[in-house]
Amino acid sequence: MKIETIKEELIDEFSMFEDWMERYEYMIELGKSLPIINARFKTDDNIIKGCQSKVWLHADLESDKIIFTADSDAIITKGIVAILIRVFSNQSPEVILKTNTDFIDEIGLKEHLSPTRANGLVSMIKKIKMYALAYQTQIGL
Amino acid sequence: MKKSQDSNTLFNVESIRKDFPILSRSVNGKPLIYFDNAATSQTPQQVIDVIVDYYSNYNSNIHRGVHTLSQEATDKYEAARQIIQKHFNALHSHEIILTSGTTHSINLVANGFASLLTKSDTVLVSALEHHSNIVPWQMLCEKTKATLKVIPMTQDGALDMDAYDTLLLLNPKLVFVNHISNALGTINPIEEMIQKAHKVGAAILIDGAQACPHIKPDVQALDVDFYVTSGHKMCGPTGVGILYAKESWLHKLPPYQGGGEMISEVTFEETTYTGLPHKFEAGTPNICGGIAFGAAINYMNSIGFDAIASYEHELLEYATRKMNTIEGMKIYGPKENKTSVISFNIKGIHAYDLGTIIDKLGIAIRTGQHCAQPIMDFFGISGTARASFSFYNTKQEIDVFVEGVKRAAMMLR
Repeated sequence: MKIETIKEELIDEFSMFEDWMERYEYMIELGKSLPIINARFKTDDNIIKGCQSKVWLHADLESDKIIFTADSDAIITKGIVAILIRVFSNQSPEVILKTNTDFIDEIGLKEHLSPTRANGLVSMIKKIKMYALAYQTQIGL
Repeated sequence: MKKSQDSNTLFNVESIRKDFPILSRSVNGKPLIYFDNAATSQTPQQVIDVIVDYYSNYNSNIHRGVHTLSQEATDKYEAARQIIQKHFNALHSHEIILTSGTTHSINLVANGFASLLTKSDTVLVSALEHHSNIVPWQMLCEKTKATLKVIPMTQDGALDMDAYDTLLLLNPKLVFVNHISNALGTINPIEEMIQKAHKVGAAILIDGAQACPHIKPDVQALDVDFYVTSGHKMCGPTGVGILYAKESWLHKLPPYQGGGEMISEVTFEETTYTGLPHKFEAGTPNICGGIAFGAAINYMNSIGFDAIASYEHELLEYATRKMNTIEGMKIYGPKENKTSVISFNIKGIHAYDLGTIIDKLGIAIRTGQHCAQPIMDFFGISGTARASFSFYNTKQEIDVFVEGVKRAAMMLR
């Protein structure tokens, strides 16, 4: 699916909710569908720094597309990673690098975007983009 | 006899709350419930007025101007030092060094000891410390090659005093311990620790950042060598704090920073330092902050530390009882002998998730490691949620908080 379509889908889904509680409940639900990282990749090297909760993120390249898997010990953080993975997984490095993160604002989670927030959303996005850059370089070779 | 809710005759919390403008604001559409007092306390109007008055009427640099504003500011700043001296019962006002806060004060002492320690020396630090009372000593030990030993803690979150006795046999030069643990609220037996340290000839520094909002320490009665604290924990502004040190120590320690205010004569060949306390107060200080810190101490004394302690204890007991009714509740730290801090986890729920959800309900608590990673490692946890109460909090707020935690737990399970 095209990345823009996924973003629109998410914005649509979140627009149905009237208050923060429903939004958070949905985020928690999304967290449960997170493609879980293989235990052997759940290493200290794969922990994203800057999170009060632990987040592990791994990326594999499958026929020019990057597949992300992740996990977190906090359920809201898991929901946030799940949203990111739904958008960025199974896309080419080039598309990932080009895509902006305005949709986070549009689904009403802007508060998580501030760099000082302890959940490390900004660090997660940075890590995703770094994986994309690394694989793009690898494919380029 | 059971006390009626919040109606301690000595203590009228509703009228006290009116002193704090921030307590009437709302957060996320709900009335603010501020339970992060161990991180920073709120500021009463009486202190805010002093800050406004300073910048409106006599803002100027101190200790050198001959003009009226400078004289006025100097007088108020030095009057604040005397308020602080009286509050802590220091023998001399020049034993009160005004700093930017606890961390600055600790670094000042650690830096001074760099020239007094050698590689054969040992220093002791307690396992209950905040990072700010660990890292400066690690840096000191790196510099001097002295050995840093840790006084361990027990499962109850208290210091292991038998182990302390054993460690004192190493004849340490210095001991560092906090008066009260920020992560658990444990009140450490500092009187005993000071006496025992002195018996083996060790100097002792007490970090009072968490104690001073609740207790009025008497530095002479304690016979402590160094006592440090921050203004912002006790209704004052951020960026100001003190180092109390016995005069003899202040003569022994070299200056921390060079600059204006701390010199008596400067030529390119030689500089002679000025007397106490200015030797340790290089540069233009936080003048307004110092004056406001004095006002904050006056404010707290007008309420009275006995009244504060007894009311906060009532809040602590009430909250502990209520919180223990929450399924899966685990409270860390001692059951007795603690201040109004509750560090907790709920089984199966991450503290970060809990803090995020109850923030949406207008409730401010702290989550994470509380800058005390070794304590979290000791309990084998990644962090806790921490609710800390002040004399302006109420039992009704605790009720709303407990309901909020239950609601969050339902969402998160």
